[in-house]
Amino acid sequence: MTEKKNSNGEVKLLGAWPSPFVIRARIALNIKSVEYDFIEETFGKRSQLLLKSNPVNKQIPVLIHGHKCIAESMIIVQYIHEAWSSSGPPILPSLPYDRAIARFWLTYIDDKWFPPLKSIVLGLDTEPIEEKLEKVREGLVLLEDAFNKISKGKDFFGGNQIGYLDIGFGSFLAWLKTVEVTEGVSLVHETTTPGLAKWLQKFCAHDAVKDVLPPIDKLIAFSKMLRANVDLVINPK
Amino acid sequence: MEDLKPHGFWYSPFTMRVVWTLKLKGLSYENIEEDRFNKSPQLLEYNPVHKKTPVLVHGGKPICESMIIVQYIDELWPQNSLVPHDSYERAQARFWVAYSEQMVPALPALIQSNSAEEKEKAVQKAWENFKVLEDHCLADKRKFFGGDKINIVDIAIGSFFVFFVTIEDLKQVKILVAEKFPLLHLWFDNFKNAPVIKENFPDREKMLATMKPFLERRLASS
Repeated sequence: MTEKKNSNGEVKLLGAWPSPFVIRARIALNIKSVEYDFIEETFGKRSQLLLKSNPVNKQIPVLIHGHKCIAESMIIVQYIHEAWSSSGPPILPSLPYDRAIARFWLTYIDDKWFPPLKSIVLGLDTEPIEEKLEKVREGLVLLEDAFNKISKGKDFFGGNQIGYLDIGFGSFLAWLKTVEVTEGVSLVHETTTPGLAKWLQKFCAHDAVKDVLPPIDKLIAFSKMLRANVDLVINPK
Repeated sequence: MEDLKPHGFWYSPFTMRVVWTLKLKGLSYENIEEDRFNKSPQLLEYNPVHKKTPVLVHGGKPICESMIIVQYIDELWPQNSLVPHDSYERAQARFWVAYSEQMVPALPALIQSNSAEEKEKAVQKAWENFKVLEDHCLADKRKFFGGDKINIVDIAIGSFFVFFVTIEDLKQVKILVAEKFPLLHLWFDNFKNAPVIKENFPDREKMLATMKPFLERRLASS
């Protein structure tokens, strides 16, 4: 791992280890070799610091850089790309068209693909689980096609380096694996989604990623706790 | 001459964002007006995932999602920049653009409200968002969200406010109440009178005439 830039306590990240949105910020900080204080929120209870640094949405992650507070995971990722532009590889694609494509798929992942997966994790009874799994699978087919087009034969969506879309999508991989284990299903597989299967291996092994993706057994235990406290997830204090 | 073809519905706030941006940049384009109830095969080909407008086709390549299109145009044609230069200010602008998404449910709630009670409830919901903007975003009394110049936040939020004032006419209900939201009221006045926006602001009578039967059609089909 490349030597981290000493930030003298100047960079703080408010978050929680299981959150894919927090994982996004951590991967981006790692890519740029930024040292930061990771301040963990307690599940179900918002700290004063969180309420002060993100008064509008009151959600993690929040990046605190000096006196500046930045919220929303992919906005934080873009900020990190810009603020530490002279350190490490770029995170966003260089061409506006490629950025537009990456942002499009990110929006799709957050707005359409993740909600059924989240619903499975939380054990919500909005619809049968088979239907939710089918939606997740259909989305993965679209993302497989997107990966093949965007990567152009390279390892990642970002080409030779992990980038914006790798981070945005890859942050969900531990939860995806957790659902595969708890529900006894296969979602990403070398026969159905060969491109994504290969990408997944490389992504999870990447230096900037491997220490921030939570272990599956820990996530399985956490998901049991989540299901027992769904009301706190939906209406946090 | 750039080969720019935006596909959209002139009355849609999402299409307005794209048109305003093209006009603010002084770009010429060929408008492709889609029919919401009969979308063109080209549109379905350009946006197979969502099958929605707006789509900007540039040199044959499609870009989807209104604010992604706006950022694309701004990045390719940096004159009259629509994002702050400073990274932190830029992050703040992006935050408020993202926040504007939270205002979307208020629009159909207002459109579908009929009884006085339903209207009251829908207006209250919109007011929750208005209060956040008034207290957190405009508290320093700037002319536009972008300060002296229009930026992506003005474009994102301004497009929804065109709809709010149309609904005021359609439903005979006051939403943007000056006494409750003085800064927001002043901001919208500044915005709709700004050069380029004023010349490309949808005609009030035309909006009413278009939205009325659309409303009736939606109510009939629901």
